[in-house]
Amino acid sequence: MRGISGAARALILCAVLCAVGCALPALSPGAHTPWGTLGLLAALHLVCELPGRCRLLGGPEPAGSGSFFPLLLAAAFLLPPSAAVLVAVPGALVGRVERRPAAARRIWRAAQLALTAGAASWTHGFLGGPVTLGGVAGDTLPDFPYALVPACATALVFSLVLAALDGAILVTAERVALGHAWRGLPARSVGPHLVHALAGLMMAVLWRSSYGPLSALVVLLPMYISCWVFAQYHRRHAAHRNTIRALVQAVDIKDGYTRGHSERVGRASELIARELGMEESRMEALRFAGILHDVGKLGVPTRVLRKDGPLTPEERRVIELHPEYGHEIVRGIGFLDEARAAILHHHERLDGSGYPYGLAGDRIPEFARVVAVADAFDAMTSTRSYRPGRPVPAAVEELRRCAGSQFDPRMVGALACALDRHGWSAAANTVTSDEGRTGLPRQRADVRPPATGPADRPGRPR
Amino acid sequence: MTRPVHPPPAVLAIRGAALVVAVVALAHTLWNGVVEPGHALAFGILVAVGELARWGALPGEREPAPLGAAGALAYALLGRSGGQDTAHGVLQVVTVVVAAQLLASVPHVARGSGPGPDQAARRVLAVAFAALCFQPLHHSGRSERWFGEGPHFALFLFLLLVLTALCDAVLAAATAGTARPFGPRLRDELRALSGIGPAVGATGAVMALGVAVVGLWALPVLCVPLLLTQVSFRRYAAVRTTYRQTIASLARSTEIAGYTPHGHARRVADLATAVGRELGLPGPELTVLEYAALMHDIGQLSLVDPVADGATTALAAAEQRRIALLGGAVVRLTGVDPAVAVVVEQQADPYRDQQTSARIVRAVNAYDDLCGEGVKGSLRALEQLRLGTGHDYQPQVVEALARVLARGGLTRAGAG
Repeated sequence: MRGISGAARALILCAVLCAVGCALPALSPGAHTPWGTLGLLAALHLVCELPGRCRLLGGPEPAGSGSFFPLLLAAAFLLPPSAAVLVAVPGALVGRVERRPAAARRIWRAAQLALTAGAASWTHGFLGGPVTLGGVAGDTLPDFPYALVPACATALVFSLVLAALDGAILVTAERVALGHAWRGLPARSVGPHLVHALAGLMMAVLWRSSYGPLSALVVLLPMYISCWVFAQYHRRHAAHRNTIRALVQAVDIKDGYTRGHSERVGRASELIARELGMEESRMEALRFAGILHDVGKLGVPTRVLRKDGPLTPEERRVIELHPEYGHEIVRGIGFLDEARAAILHHHERLDGSGYPYGLAGDRIPEFARVVAVADAFDAMTSTRSYRPGRPVPAAVEELRRCAGSQFDPRMVGALACALDRHGWSAAANTVTSDEGRTGLPRQRADVRPPATGPADRPGRPR
Repeated sequence: MTRPVHPPPAVLAIRGAALVVAVVALAHTLWNGVVEPGHALAFGILVAVGELARWGALPGEREPAPLGAAGALAYALLGRSGGQDTAHGVLQVVTVVVAAQLLASVPHVARGSGPGPDQAARRVLAVAFAALCFQPLHHSGRSERWFGEGPHFALFLFLLLVLTALCDAVLAAATAGTARPFGPRLRDELRALSGIGPAVGATGAVMALGVAVVGLWALPVLCVPLLLTQVSFRRYAAVRTTYRQTIASLARSTEIAGYTPHGHARRVADLATAVGRELGLPGPELTVLEYAALMHDIGQLSLVDPVADGATTALAAAEQRRIALLGGAVVRLTGVDPAVAVVVEQQADPYRDQQTSARIVRAVNAYDDLCGEGVKGSLRALEQLRLGTGHDYQPQVVEALARVLARGGLTRAGAG
């Protein structure tokens, strides 16, 4: 339990005490707690949680925390509040957690789900839900469509309580600002929770019917498959990221200097995007743009990329084709649309003296202006075999000097703010030479030698 | 997929059977009228709406209309509604499904994207099979005597579902329309059942049980989770497409770098998958083969100067092996199946040390290198390969390649 703030500890303790307090009535002699139903549901929830834990069943990705919400909602419909509190506890205590500290996270998750299920069950009972499910005694039929009303209300309460507790732990443990903690949480999850509630309601109705619990379990199968596919989707998404990295790695094979550069430019682009308040999907695209900005070097002959000494005008022209080659290589990747423009235009300058098209000012796509700043920043701060890297403040100063002529001042300002806030780890900023090639002192291929017009990169050794 | 011009007799027989069943059912229903029209209408609407959800289906999707399939299954397995016995028979089930499919296909056909005759025939026959297994037993009261109205009845329904799924797999394998033998096709179909199939079957059975308990209100409530499943499957398919595009871009990078001739990776991938199919490789291995064929030249990026025309076949064996190992190292980074990297690494080895996929990639790559552009020197290239079957290329692979080329069985896939 080390590494947790006092406020978070207090919150977790509070939640655990509340959950225990809610569960106590179930143990009193006159409670008539349906232990059989409770045991079955808890065991089922445990089984649903296991694939996330066990590498053999679920693979490297967890099945997503949505997989068993239908089950928790069904428990809220079927059980009194004091029993519903207990359903999620075993599953949450053995479930998989993403990060350390694992024990604290598991305890918190168990308490959170227990309180949420308890609140949902209380709501359902308060609105007279259990009677509408039918089949309790004397084979009464379920009261549809009225049964949908308490079910949907229960889903809303479930969603709200879950979001409130999520936000609370973010504020106390992760020190997220109060204004940010609850942003978008309830709105995003209400829809899925309503769907889960419909599945849970059907499950509860069949559980009470003459067909028994087995038929009720089958209701969960589509939901479970859906969540499994969702996990697959995330896995494939990760594989896709690796493939993008492999494209960059292919550049590294040809040109040892770019080693790590692309990743860092991606990270710096993301910092700027976050500072500018871009939405999540564009931020993702911008990171890809940063990572892939130099992919066109694949089209430049290796001999030219690795050349020692000054370049002839002919070779320079060949190198300046790399944005266009890059645009051509990623042409077939549908989702990159805005990022493609960044790859094509990341060497444009605000005053119109850049290449390939000499665009000026706002004609340069926003993404390209971000990547240009990130690219120049990393080129200055990373250590090359022929010169040491500059300290971050000096590099920012240089960027500010060129803002307005070469870079968009808004992007430079955003990067400066982001660096003040998050810092910049220079851990990966060392040159690793290619297999067996010693790092001879040589000039970087795409840096213009002095006195051949405007500098391609600010802050070259003069 | 290569489509033969004339459908084989098995396909014609299936289409004919479906047509006969549909016509008989329609005639019977017209003659005798509809029993319980409310239920017939509700399920008809459900199937029609499910069929309309084909909008936005990606090409090659296994079950583009899961809701339609589940609704049709539920109607075939429906024995009670809201606690009362139902009285519709097998023929009415078929009538409702056929009518709903016809109605839903109007807008699709208008756009020229309707379900093929094979898909429609499969749906009709599978539903007729399920109804034939269930309705007579239910009407004669046998199912109640044997299974009661409790958990055993639910088990019986799930057993019927499994049988129906098997029946559908057999029909799908018979109408697959490839020149492969029936056994591997059926195996592929049964493997593919692990996708959205169980979700469809489970929803169908639960709909039948749900309607038996609650009446028709169960239908909209149970539709929503299945629609969600369909949405997740589509998202997954979309990310898979993006992934393939990225792999293809990675493969094209050698062309843009001037190491390989234009379109070489795509050509080798198409031809290699055709040869793999000819040799009867199963679906997953074909995917591995395709990715490996796309990326087999990645290692050339490590060369300082391009090989003339990218023809690695002309290089010294040691150099070829070095390129293959470097390529394998890049492929390992991509997060594809590690089997792909193994195939890429092995492609310069003599065929006796290789897996089947690597043998195919090696032979097809050599063929494309020897041909150069166009298929003018195709016979000469095959001649060269045959001369190399002592050590480099497996004779069976070369012969399969010759058969594929002789058929002209190469559908040009658009470069990704």
